[in-house]
Amino acid sequence: MSMTIAHMSRRFGATEVLRGIDLTVARGELVALLGPSGSGKTTLLKIIAGLDWPDAGTLEVNGEDWLPKRAQERRIGFVFQHYALFAHMTVAENIAFGLTVLPRATRPSPRQIADKVQELLGFLQIPQLAGRYPAELSGGQRQRVALGRAMAISPQLLLLDEPFGALDAQVRRDLRRWLREVLVQAGTTTVFVTHDQEEAFELADRVVVMGAGRIEQTGSPEEIHDHPASPFVARFLGMTVELPVTLRAGRAEAPGIDASALARVAMADGAATLFLRPSDITPVPDPEGRFTIRTIASTGAMLRLLLTDGAGGTEVEIEIPRRLAPAGLAEGGHVRLRPEAGRLFARTEPLSQSAAGAFATAHDPDAGRQTALSKEFTR
Amino acid sequence: MSSLANIDAGASARPVRHKRVLPGFGLTMGVTLSYVCVIVLLPVIALVLKGAEIGPERFWAIVTAPRTFAALRLTLSAAAMATVFNALYGLLMAWVLVRCEFPGKRIVDALMDIPFALPTAVAGLALSALFAGNGWYGAILEPMGIKVVYTIWGVALAMSFTSIPFVVRTVQPVLEDLDPQYEQAAATLGASSFTIFRKVVFPAILPAFMTGVTLSFARSLGEFGAVVFIAGNLPMQTEIASLLAVIRLEEYDYNGASAIALVLLAIALVLLGVSNLLQARALRYKGATA
Repeated sequence: MSMTIAHMSRRFGATEVLRGIDLTVARGELVALLGPSGSGKTTLLKIIAGLDWPDAGTLEVNGEDWLPKRAQERRIGFVFQHYALFAHMTVAENIAFGLTVLPRATRPSPRQIADKVQELLGFLQIPQLAGRYPAELSGGQRQRVALGRAMAISPQLLLLDEPFGALDAQVRRDLRRWLREVLVQAGTTTVFVTHDQEEAFELADRVVVMGAGRIEQTGSPEEIHDHPASPFVARFLGMTVELPVTLRAGRAEAPGIDASALARVAMADGAATLFLRPSDITPVPDPEGRFTIRTIASTGAMLRLLLTDGAGGTEVEIEIPRRLAPAGLAEGGHVRLRPEAGRLFARTEPLSQSAAGAFATAHDPDAGRQTALSKEFTR
Repeated sequence: MSSLANIDAGASARPVRHKRVLPGFGLTMGVTLSYVCVIVLLPVIALVLKGAEIGPERFWAIVTAPRTFAALRLTLSAAAMATVFNALYGLLMAWVLVRCEFPGKRIVDALMDIPFALPTAVAGLALSALFAGNGWYGAILEPMGIKVVYTIWGVALAMSFTSIPFVVRTVQPVLEDLDPQYEQAAATLGASSFTIFRKVVFPAILPAFMTGVTLSFARSLGEFGAVVFIAGNLPMQTEIASLLAVIRLEEYDYNGASAIALVLLAIALVLLGVSNLLQARALRYKGATA
């Protein structure tokens, strides 16, 4: 099936959660909605599922208007962040649920339902769990059961809300590869929501970056990683170093920065901001260098350097593999910076705390949200 | 270095006394246990011992005497009627109070506690005034041939009035805690509203619902104050068991009184036991955790 969303908007009270979303998902595609908390991605997913309704806009699936349809009539598989397994039913009963509640005329026989459940349990590699209750399962097993329950009704569209949100880091990484295989094998068109770029990039064919209720960028993981379309996307994808530069003939220039490794850009001359990932910068020891090394910390494989900008006083954090570190790096020493890859945008104000709040569309602008957000930026 | 090894050896040889983190365990536990013994357990034991003095034949004779038997039968039937009504209506009330938004909801919610807060005698007086032949309701019902006062209906009505909050107040918090995502999940899987209630919501509130219904029945069995005003207390017809126990006591027939009390006690205990068993069954999925 294919899905088209046009001009969709949704507000909760005074907060605009979605501001004109246009999105097309092709048959069999695996799409990630990536964005910080409050960017509207979960609301969009719930609208597709029929658990929420937009104030304006259209939602069409295979050319059919889906907005008048209730969730029951849409035949979608929805996997909730915390799985929402029915606690009083066994794993097999949970998976069979969508089939046992079909109207009598279209309901498969108990035999057929049992076969389908067996088949899914095998497909998800959990046949031994059939008789257990959800309380007896680990987080990863619950996720598989939730996926099986959603897939049992042969959904036209599979929707996953933060599929790894409730799991710990190790299980997350293991399950990510497994889920990608399962989804590709099942061939169901899938849309999932995540705030973790690694997750989005590893799982999805196409990533949709959302911020403040808008789609900021759509593209393959590589495109988005290498060419973020806006300062928002650049910051969200870890380009946390922002250096003011001057553009001359498509090249960035600034004292103490050697940008010769960067490709020329087709932008007008003038003030610009260079966005960089901490790991894309090589420090070159230079007694006359503009940046002073404040601290050097080792994480084993990596060296993390905290630099102070002699000119502006701002701080810059960079990260280099320890075995590639040039000789002569010492705390208190001076360095030049050699960016290896980066992205130029017309001059923007450096990200301040209030700006962070503003583009997070805080639909409850509390302190916790901001902390979560800044964590996402520095990840 | 060697002294460190010694300390290690000593620690593993001597049993370690675990200190409790929460303060006052001994005191609070002691007070609770003594209270349960003195206030709850002792009277029950006294009653059982008193009953045992009667002897089984005499006991059987008292309980199966026509008047006693009629009183017990009336009490049980009326309590059962009241409980069926409370189960249905209480569930509905809890549902409305949790799931519906309407003006005055908080007031309705507060009104739910009135049967608990009201002295039962006041409730009984009010009900009999309303349902008497010249009362507001009685004036409408009696011409239709429905007589409430001085009948089993009146008894059941009084029992239901005083015990309905048990069902509402036990189901309500569980329903409030039920995350809407379970219902949403069932909806995306194609379940109709009624199926969602039957297969997802009701099983989740079933243990609390059973507790509420049992408590409501137990309370109805023993309800005295509200009932005696509306029942008319005609021997063999509308005389409830607890009233008969009082009458026996006033006649200095201690054996008769305690035999009736024992039967009521036994019914209540068996009921609590059965209810707990059913609940354990309903909650079996929560017992084992990985």
